[in-house]
Amino acid sequence: MAVVEVKHLVKEFPGGVRAVDGIDLATEEGEYLVLLGPSGCGKTTLLRTIAGLEQPTAGDVLIDGTIVTGLPPRARQIAMVFQSYALYPHKSVYANIVFPLRAVKMERTERDRKAKWAAELLGIEHLMQRKPRQLSGGERQRVALARALVRQPKVFLLDEPLSNLDAKLRASARDELKRFQEEIGTTTVYVTHDQVEAMGLGDRIVVLQAGRVRQIGPPVEVYDDPADTFVATFIGSPPMNLVPRDGVLVGFRPEHLLPAPVVSGSAVPVPLAVDRVEYLSGDRHVYGTARGIGEATRVVARLPATVDAPVTVGEEQDFAVARSRLRFFSAGSGERTGEVAL
Amino acid sequence: MRTRLADRDGALAWIFLMPSVLYILLLVALPFVLAIGFALSDVTAGDPSFDWVGLRNFERIFEDPVFWQSLGNTFIFTSISMVLIVVLGKVLANILVADFRGKWIVRFFVLLPWTTPVALSSIAWLWMLDSIFSPIDWVFRQVGLLGGVGAAIKPDTNMYWLGEPGLAMGSVIAVHVWRLTPLAAVIMVAGLVSIPRDLEEAARVDGAGYWRRMFEVTIPLVLPVAAVAALFGAIFTFTDMAVVDVLTNGGPNNATQVLTSWAFFRGIDGGDVGQGAAIALFLFPLLLAAAIAILRAVKRMEV
Repeated sequence: MAVVEVKHLVKEFPGGVRAVDGIDLATEEGEYLVLLGPSGCGKTTLLRTIAGLEQPTAGDVLIDGTIVTGLPPRARQIAMVFQSYALYPHKSVYANIVFPLRAVKMERTERDRKAKWAAELLGIEHLMQRKPRQLSGGERQRVALARALVRQPKVFLLDEPLSNLDAKLRASARDELKRFQEEIGTTTVYVTHDQVEAMGLGDRIVVLQAGRVRQIGPPVEVYDDPADTFVATFIGSPPMNLVPRDGVLVGFRPEHLLPAPVVSGSAVPVPLAVDRVEYLSGDRHVYGTARGIGEATRVVARLPATVDAPVTVGEEQDFAVARSRLRFFSAGSGERTGEVAL
Repeated sequence: MRTRLADRDGALAWIFLMPSVLYILLLVALPFVLAIGFALSDVTAGDPSFDWVGLRNFERIFEDPVFWQSLGNTFIFTSISMVLIVVLGKVLANILVADFRGKWIVRFFVLLPWTTPVALSSIAWLWMLDSIFSPIDWVFRQVGLLGGVGAAIKPDTNMYWLGEPGLAMGSVIAVHVWRLTPLAAVIMVAGLVSIPRDLEEAARVDGAGYWRRMFEVTIPLVLPVAAVAALFGAIFTFTDMAVVDVLTNGGPNNATQVLTSWAFFRGIDGGDVGQGAAIALFLFPLLLAAAIAILRAVKRMEV
């Protein structure tokens, strides 16, 4: 177990593109830290810089308090799983798994023992003699994990390891990844652009945009208390509704915009002119124009299956949002601001 | 609506294929059939009338020790050059894909031997290896390897690169390697860049150093392409006589005579078309078998 830390990290590519633009970040012991952001936000570059595959333009990478910025990847005690898995296609599964052990000149019997241990942990003992091309996507992913695991590294770096799996497999693989990491207890940095993966896996989520950190926090915090409008709209599906009002944006999650009778406690009434309803696996997504809370704005409401109040398309109906669920952002900068009386 | 010519795939296929079909028929198939015919006849430059002689041309060439010497030379020439071409080609390919300042000028010089017409470059080499005026010998003399009593190699003033049997073969091989290595390098560059970058990076993260990455990841993955380069090179080398012809003419005393040059001297210079054709045809079944074997091996190696 170890702590990974980056300090004032900057990575500028030739041509002046700043993929990583001054990031400060530290994991905790044994933490599962997820880097989340849209494509091109610098999350993969950040991971590759931690791995030592990219040299930062400025700043430092620390593993367990030691500066490793100038060290090659092999000296950093890390293991990485690539998006493509990067299995050696000409080697058998067994040869793939023991490759890192042979690189550190481990003895043969010890090598076999470790390979067996890793393969058992991931349930791939029966595949040892196969070549990667004879494996399914899920099996390849496990082999890649086993290869990362055998060396018992201080840190796991995972670069979108689930994105090559089909949707159904992805859910079960996600669950497995989480259980696996809990069992091993190794600090893990995980890169994804998929918020469902991030919310499901991460102890904490780092939301990145344009090479900068927008917010770091546990999934609940990132979801419920977004630091700015980028995080508010990037996370959540459908994203948070933002209604302009006197220089601020009033934000509320679609699942908190409900028919007025359902909302208890102190609530803000929102008359909603409904123009479309979608049924999505039990939930109802209600699209319409909200008035009363600020300027008339198109918003989405998500009604769970437990709310069976009738919603009629083409009519204005009484919806409401609990006051405690409202979030306020500055219209100029997008940052969170203090509460505004409605 | 009438269908136009452009709509008729069948007719178009024939029209587009025709030039290459004609080319192969006229310039490959016809000479090949002619060669087989000549090999079984007594046609000479002086008497072009065709008389069937069966396998007598083959009996004659098998009785000739120069034929066997040429055959041996061909194998030595081809195998040594191929090993050197593949190894140097791989090294050059690594240089060509590397990223460094001024790489375009290196690339330019690397590809130069290949783009120079073989007759020109061989003549340049002929001067380089001249028995009296060789600049290589001059350099050797200047650094004390040649000339004078205490010289490291020998007291003579010249090496006679093309005059001593062993040196002559070495020189021919060196020039041939010099000429074909860029082609092999370019083929292997194609192989190298087709290896996903992830694999190289995964190996680096897995703790493999430069040589382990080279021998355990890069080389196995370019092997199919390298085999194709070797096949091309081998067939080029087997069937090429330009370097031998210009540099040594097969000499000294047939020490660098290869089958193709021997076939040329016998069939064209010597006028015995029948025997020349028989010598030239001798390697055909061997080459065919080698080509099939290599292509099969490549197919099996593919992942």
